[in-house]
Amino acid sequence: MAAELGFHFDQTLCNGCKACSVACKDKHDLPVGVTWRRVAEYSGGTWQRDGNTVVPNVFSYYTSIACNHCEDPICVRVCPTTAMSQGPDGVVTVDQDVCVGCRYCEWACPYSAPQFDAEAGHMTKCDLCADYRSEGKDPACVAACPSRALSYGPVEELRAEHGDLAGVEPLPDPAITRPRLVITPHRDAQPSGSGTGSVANPEEL
Amino acid sequence: MTTVGTQEKPQAAGLPRRSFLKWSGAAGGGAVLVGAGASFGLLPGVGAANAARMSPADSGDKAVWNACLVNCGSRCALRLHVKDGTLVKVGTDDTGSDGLDGPQLRACVRGRSFRHRVYNPDRLKTPMRRKPGTKRGAGEWEEISWDEALDTIASEHARVVKEHGQEAVYLQYASGTAGGNITSGCWSRLLSLAGGYLGYYGSYSTSQITYAMPFTYGARIESNSIGDTVHSNLVIYWGDNPVETRMSGGGNMYNAQVAKKDFKTRTIVIDPRYSETALDLADQWIPIRPGTDAALVAACAHVLITEDLVDQEFLDTYCVGYDEEHMPEGIPAGSSYKSYILGTGPDGTVKTPEWASEITGIPVDVIIQLAREIGTAKPCAIMQGWGLQRQANGENNCRAVMMLPILTGNVGIHGGGNGSREGTIKFPLARMGLANPIKTKISCFMWTDAIERGAEMTEIADGVQGKPQLDGPIKMIINVAGNAMINQHSDTTRTAKLLEDDSLCELIVVVENHMTSSARYADILLPATTNAEEDDFIASEYSGDTAYAMIVDKAIEPLYDTKSHFDMCVDLSRKMGLEEEFTEGRTLQEWRTELIARTKKDVPSLYSEQEFRDKGVFRLSNPDGTFVASKAFREDPVANPLTTPSGKIEIFSERLWERSKVWTFDGGKKGDKLTALPEHVPTWEGAEEALTNEKYPLQCIGHHYKGRTHSSYGSVDWLIEAHPQVVWMNTLDARDRGIDNDDVVRVFNDRGVIQLPARVTPRIMPGVLSVPQGAWYSPDKDGVDTGGCINTLTDWHPSPLSKGNPQHTNLVQVEKA
Repeated sequence: MAAELGFHFDQTLCNGCKACSVACKDKHDLPVGVTWRRVAEYSGGTWQRDGNTVVPNVFSYYTSIACNHCEDPICVRVCPTTAMSQGPDGVVTVDQDVCVGCRYCEWACPYSAPQFDAEAGHMTKCDLCADYRSEGKDPACVAACPSRALSYGPVEELRAEHGDLAGVEPLPDPAITRPRLVITPHRDAQPSGSGTGSVANPEEL
Repeated sequence: MTTVGTQEKPQAAGLPRRSFLKWSGAAGGGAVLVGAGASFGLLPGVGAANAARMSPADSGDKAVWNACLVNCGSRCALRLHVKDGTLVKVGTDDTGSDGLDGPQLRACVRGRSFRHRVYNPDRLKTPMRRKPGTKRGAGEWEEISWDEALDTIASEHARVVKEHGQEAVYLQYASGTAGGNITSGCWSRLLSLAGGYLGYYGSYSTSQITYAMPFTYGARIESNSIGDTVHSNLVIYWGDNPVETRMSGGGNMYNAQVAKKDFKTRTIVIDPRYSETALDLADQWIPIRPGTDAALVAACAHVLITEDLVDQEFLDTYCVGYDEEHMPEGIPAGSSYKSYILGTGPDGTVKTPEWASEITGIPVDVIIQLAREIGTAKPCAIMQGWGLQRQANGENNCRAVMMLPILTGNVGIHGGGNGSREGTIKFPLARMGLANPIKTKISCFMWTDAIERGAEMTEIADGVQGKPQLDGPIKMIINVAGNAMINQHSDTTRTAKLLEDDSLCELIVVVENHMTSSARYADILLPATTNAEEDDFIASEYSGDTAYAMIVDKAIEPLYDTKSHFDMCVDLSRKMGLEEEFTEGRTLQEWRTELIARTKKDVPSLYSEQEFRDKGVFRLSNPDGTFVASKAFREDPVANPLTTPSGKIEIFSERLWERSKVWTFDGGKKGDKLTALPEHVPTWEGAEEALTNEKYPLQCIGHHYKGRTHSSYGSVDWLIEAHPQVVWMNTLDARDRGIDNDDVVRVFNDRGVIQLPARVTPRIMPGVLSVPQGAWYSPDKDGVDTGGCINTLTDWHPSPLSKGNPQHTNLVQVEKA
């Protein structure tokens, strides 16, 4: 059986530049509005004022997120046409000839991974750069990251090396879909569901 | 002490659920942000209707080495994948390491969007002329032939030189192809051959530090490299933000990340914003009111002196002006730095942490702790960014920060530094440009004054160099790949008015890729190829301890009716009777071969052209390991003196002392003052004034934005989507004004109004706004700049010593639109 693949994201290194996101868009020729890999900024905290002086107690960090090729892919479960399927390597793909663009998967996925292409009339999504992998190359986002914050591989190996954390704000509880995602947390990472901050850039997601 | 929550709205678990309708709404809101070019869509030579078609992305038939040439200070490799003569994909460097030595030159988000820059609907497609009888800047054009365009330039150049003199011609400061060699060198070469032009000194990036640092150190000398921080016990990024401003995966961002990750050295970031450098690297963030750095330094110096943490031996041996025992002859008592700090100098003010706290906004205990850490953590690396010098008296700010490594003897040693910006080793590249035979210069920031009142401008009042007074005003400007004609210069409204009057500057030539804000003010507009369409030979810039060279290979044929800078200069040189001198008988490709050959004389192991094609990047490692600034001076100050008059570090500058008596500031503003010591000087629209100005109580700065390099890439759709223009404001300031995140707001002062969405965030200190600089000026019919260009809010008034651009010194108000 093929090893099941996932992403590792080192949150301590990300500066939110989105080279990953745009390298993905360039490689797959995605229009504005269709973005398979997105970067969320999560920020929060308070300020103390004392006369004319101020003291910050703030935090902020980024999360780069694409499809997590989940162990329990809810997009596959809700798809009424069987367009969405999962391969033996765990990679979830959409058959664009079968997809009718009902967008149930988009509605169901807590990571907003399947993206609707309005012009094409169907869903599109990350396939972990199947063509690159077949040539022995890294997915575009992984190869792009100037900070080397992204990697991919058999998820069991990633977990052995980096741990099994995937529940960091603003990501949902990993129990929902069991994502094949491993995060090395930023020093200020907040646990999923803690609600201590907010997504600073919702319009970019 | 009160604690005030930022009242963040709780968000449901998970990323914000995005529906297509919501996305459409966001795109509609974003329409206000579209650059100036968008409104030119139906005009000749611009627009989506006749954009070149781009093939769907695939791997292509070939991949050629090219590079991103914009002015970020990094220099990244691009690999352009081509199929059937069309770019189909943009890759980056796939050679090099994941360490500090020879890192892979991974391009940031901007380089990765390059395909949409090349095939941009905004591309200029054919030469154009401002329609006769229309106002300059009105955007009414007619297409003309290359022949006619170049004939006009040649004959107008001859006329202007004849009627107004050689110094009435100005080659504008520009940096859109800063990384180019042939690309950016051929215009200066041609105009130098044509008798020269009024020159400029300084740059919009570094005017103040470039001018001021030599008074202290004899030259502008970059500090130790970031890689050298592996030897440090404490690292301070003082207004320095490499993780955001130099985002290359083979440059200073990556160096800073690797050094921190591997060595865990305690790191402090001092910045009004919780910058990406703070987010990634800081163990402590100290927010400071913009422009008050010299006050913070003075208070740190007070702690160092009173707690006996200064390196007296270093100060006695290497410096002039620290204490009364080490002053130049003939200077009155009480003029030393120590006297200034201890309050025994002319101002009588003791520079205590309590004094600085009120000015900087930093609590007393934070200042004391910072000073003690700097005083005890030797070696300590203090690297200063260039934001704090882009202030109304930025010269003193940047000289002040250099005092802390001087007081603690950290200069010239591993793990220390001189308090300037992080250093780098340079690649000895042979260049194509020629020196300007005219030696008269103005500050790069004073060209609008030189149009308006050139004949009045003098050395002592306006910083004219090369002669005591200018002969006359600027009458002809050639602006190549630059947006300082309006967008990056201060006070866009005032600049627009000046440019509209074509009786002042009589001819403006703009050479560009896109319909930028500056291009709108051209009389003759020449469409240039992008670097995807031309050949060049280039080198690294601020890369740390690896220097490198690359070739830029033409990937596709010139689109539309564009020409390379070289080809248009050849055609123009022919019309000016200078072809032979300009080309020296070489084609562009032969020039590149020649420049590689000349470089090889200095670097014998340099690749051949074919090796460059096969292997990509040619790298040189620092033979000394990591770069240490002024190491030889530290080792033997007698044998290796600095180039100051005394040969030492001049804490007290006798040259500035003398100049302060001669230079004049008639009609000046508060803070127009030269001081021999790096004193804190309160200025117009500074932090002190903000506390009492009821109309405009907020300081406004303009940080470098990830979606643009200055204004370059400003019309690329993928980047506008990834990094939309917003104004940063603190949650508390927003709450006071009823502003929510993403609300459209107006930021304004007496100079202008901009309109853009708000980023309400705890990541900027209360009382400070930041408008990411470089967004394209786009006034609506009421003059409201809906592009969100910070320079609609900035002032022409120059800083006192370098006559540089104080574009982070602004007071404003903000309200919901």
